[in-house]
Amino acid sequence: MSTAVADAPAEGQASDAPEAIKSFVVTLIIRRFDPDVDTEPHWQDFDVEVYPTDRVLDALHKIKWDQDGSLTFRRSCAHGVCGSDAMRINGRNRLACKTLIKDLDVQKPIYVEAIKGLPLEKDLVVDMEPFFASYREVQPFLQANSTPPEGKERIQSVAERARFDDTTKCILCAACTSSCPVFWTDGQYFGPAAIVNAHRFIFDSRDDASQVRLDILNDKEGVWRCRTTFNCTDACPRGIQVTQAIAEVKQAIMRGHA
Amino acid sequence: MSEQIADGAVIDGVHYHQFDIVIVGAGGGGMRAAIEAGPHAKTAVISKLYPTRSHTGAAQGGMAAALSNVEEDNWEWHTYDTVKGGDYLVDQDAAEILAKEAIDAVIDLENMGLPFNRTPEGKIDQRRFGGHTRDHGKAAVRRACYAADRTGHMILQTLFQNCVKLGINFFNEFYVLDLLIGEVDGPDGTTQKRPSGVVAYELATGELHVFQSKAVIFATGGFGKIFKTTSNAHTLTGDGVGIIWRKRLPLEDMEFFQFHPTGLYGLGILLTEGARGEGAILRNASGERFMERYAPTIKDLAPRDIVARSMVQEVLEGRGAGPNKDYVYLDCTHLGAEVLETKLPDITEFARTYLGVDPVVEPVPVMPTAHYAMGGIPTTNNAEVLSDNTTIVPGLYAAGECACVSVHGSNRLGTNSLLDINVFGKRSGRNAVEYVKTAEFVPLPDNPAAGVRDMLEGLRTSTGTERIAAIRKELQEQMDRNAQVFRTDDTLAAVTETIHGLRERYRNVQVQDKGKRFNTDLLEAVELGFLLDLAEVVVFSARNRKESRGGHMRDDYPKRDDENYMKHTMAYLTGDPHSSNPADHIKLDWKPVVITRYQPMERKY
Ligand SMILES: Cc1cc2nc3c(=O)[nH]c(=O)nc-3n(C[C@H](O)[C@H](O)[C@H](O)COP(=O)(O)OP(=O)(O)OC[C@H]3O[C@@H](n4cnc5c(N)ncnc54)[C@H](O)[C@@H]3O)c2cc1C
Ligand code: SF4
Ligand code: FES
Repeated sequence: MSTAVADAPAEGQASDAPEAIKSFVVTLIIRRFDPDVDTEPHWQDFDVEVYPTDRVLDALHKIKWDQDGSLTFRRSCAHGVCGSDAMRINGRNRLACKTLIKDLDVQKPIYVEAIKGLPLEKDLVVDMEPFFASYREVQPFLQANSTPPEGKERIQSVAERARFDDTTKCILCAACTSSCPVFWTDGQYFGPAAIVNAHRFIFDSRDDASQVRLDILNDKEGVWRCRTTFNCTDACPRGIQVTQAIAEVKQAIMRGHA
Repeated sequence: MSEQIADGAVIDGVHYHQFDIVIVGAGGGGMRAAIEAGPHAKTAVISKLYPTRSHTGAAQGGMAAALSNVEEDNWEWHTYDTVKGGDYLVDQDAAEILAKEAIDAVIDLENMGLPFNRTPEGKIDQRRFGGHTRDHGKAAVRRACYAADRTGHMILQTLFQNCVKLGINFFNEFYVLDLLIGEVDGPDGTTQKRPSGVVAYELATGELHVFQSKAVIFATGGFGKIFKTTSNAHTLTGDGVGIIWRKRLPLEDMEFFQFHPTGLYGLGILLTEGARGEGAILRNASGERFMERYAPTIKDLAPRDIVARSMVQEVLEGRGAGPNKDYVYLDCTHLGAEVLETKLPDITEFARTYLGVDPVVEPVPVMPTAHYAMGGIPTTNNAEVLSDNTTIVPGLYAAGECACVSVHGSNRLGTNSLLDINVFGKRSGRNAVEYVKTAEFVPLPDNPAAGVRDMLEGLRTSTGTERIAAIRKELQEQMDRNAQVFRTDDTLAAVTETIHGLRERYRNVQVQDKGKRFNTDLLEAVELGFLLDLAEVVVFSARNRKESRGGHMRDDYPKRDDENYMKHTMAYLTGDPHSSNPADHIKLDWKPVVITRYQPMERKY
């Protein structure tokens, strides 16, 4: 599968480059579903010429742009900051734009399918609405009782700010929630992403509604459903310590305050 | 005339909605407008992306405001820097508003919850950025408020969170493809153009929606995808600017596009100027800090146009690094792992992930990347869209990167765009609220969705053979080659020919996906149409400006020429848009620059 076929096209590179980067062909096996015609999803193979430094997103684009325009997936930023393209790549949730071909085993085909646990719409696209509904339910916005001094910022120490730094990085990609076995079997479970976004406010010194959020997450579909399988932490493309954030919320509930 | 169609009606498969204000775009500009408008008027935000996917989230370095939290600063210095940074093509009254209102804009965001980095006293921390100086150029000043190197992410999240709090009505993954304009009676028996709504395509279903509204705010972002090497998202195809153009409303200063110095080599992914703000240095192949030669006072923190040109100059003169001597280095190694991991974690990771280079121990290969459109939809300082140099279209607003106020002139300073979207986003929302208090709905035209339906059906059922991607790739490559950091009449003439050929081929474009649901193939074809239109205007305007100023560098006219070109370009679509010679359908005119305090001077740093 990884037969070298051509040199990198960069002009003039071949002659004086110390080692010209070789392209090769990989097979992507993609789980397709067209709601207009299919009753069931099916797998389809595509051979694509890629460079080791290409992203899986580049390979998907090559298929869409050169072979089959109907292949459907979401994407925007192409460098891991917008959260559009979480998908299951070789059985693991990742962002296609942050997964380089060279980091996969290219001797074997690359399997790509939509994330699990959310309704499949078409090919790699799922309905994100249930995911955002859980997010909205944890009241993911600052609620402060005090009014800040007119025309001034609220004061927050470096240490107070650091307490919730990790969870501010979330890009709402759903890689965590859709890798969670509890979520797969119980779609009512808030899921790790909603808890991460609650954490972001629960531990913000400027916020006064921690108690409300802790009560929400103490619900039967809340944090206690988490079985600490760490799938979410492994899946998070932003490197957020998701399981730890959930643990901190659990501890706060037991303590009775943030 | 179909005067009033009830909200929620479905006629001939087209869904009808009625709102006081429709905001097109849910990036920073659109959501900032929504926060002003939502509580006071029936408001809808229509966005082709989920709001949090908007490219505002990719912004890294910071947002400027003269808070003086860490050292002495004031808004007048900020105004001056903005005017000088824009090579004097900035409208100075607008720059003054930007700099003055910056302070409230940052405080608003903090009060809404934005987690800015803090000083030891717990105030908002500030860092240095290119072109921002103390006392009219004496030295670099710490003016950029930031949240690590994900300031845009935090702005986008904070604005979205507040929209959730306010229960703003979003229509996500709806593509606005047309603006509806009606003629109403104006003062003294004249007629006046006013918006009556927009037409949108729903990605999930393939159905069309007409949103009738009294006011429309465009906040659709930039169009960096006319170039190959760009920091912009795949979705930044200039739809809003393109729609305005097709409606035969003018576009301003389209020749001015900013090339950011530090794009990851070969990829264009941005490494924030904040890195140089923290002390990183640009070096050529021999390790020389070459910016000392080009901008002796502020060196690596000179404005972007100057730094980008200097980098290309180094490469052209054979001092580039790498096997092909075609890039320079951004050296962060002396900053130490601590600064990189805490203040610049994301860009550190980008370099590691995408180039396999660790900035802690090795310099990072970089070259300029197409970054920001200074030009766009001309507006007043109240975000009202202009139909000529002075006449507004009542009820129609634009804000953010799609608009041209002009606060950026011929070259935007870093951190002034996150500021722009907040200041003018807010102004657009406020002014739209005032407007709809007394305005009436303008009647919709008959079959308001017919134009969009015909365009889409034409594409979907076309038997053409031209691949979308092939046309787009050629456009982007030729724009990089001929209309990038250095331009001449020859290169611009060459790319004019290319665009003409591509526009011909586009008529024969092929859409392979014939389905209704989630047809992204169809939308890529539509987006390509906007890219081709805008590239043509950019190049045509660039050819006409025979001087070098800010982001527009003409190798054949290397000097700034205030006598002939100290004025804004206004481009109008006239005649048959498909005529082969752009001169037959683009008419150029000029608009004076507003000068208040600062007379144009030679720009030295
Ligand atoms: C990598 C990067 C880093 C940057 N860093 C900084 C920085 O540090 N400081 C700074 O000041 N500036 C920075 N900028 C510039 C700044 O981020 C942008 O100019 C600004 O965020 C643009 O915001 P916007 O709201 O105008 O557009 P965007 O955030 O791009 O939003 C556009 C919106 O329009 C919608 N839209 C587009 N077309 C349609 C359509 N047809 N129908 C419906 N909706 C549509 C999209 O869905 C999206 O919601 C950076 C830019 C980039 C690319
Ligand atoms: S926590 Fe990580 S994986 Fe989960 S939604 Fe946020 S960014 Fe994605
Ligand atoms: S495309 Fe934005 S995260 Fe992958």
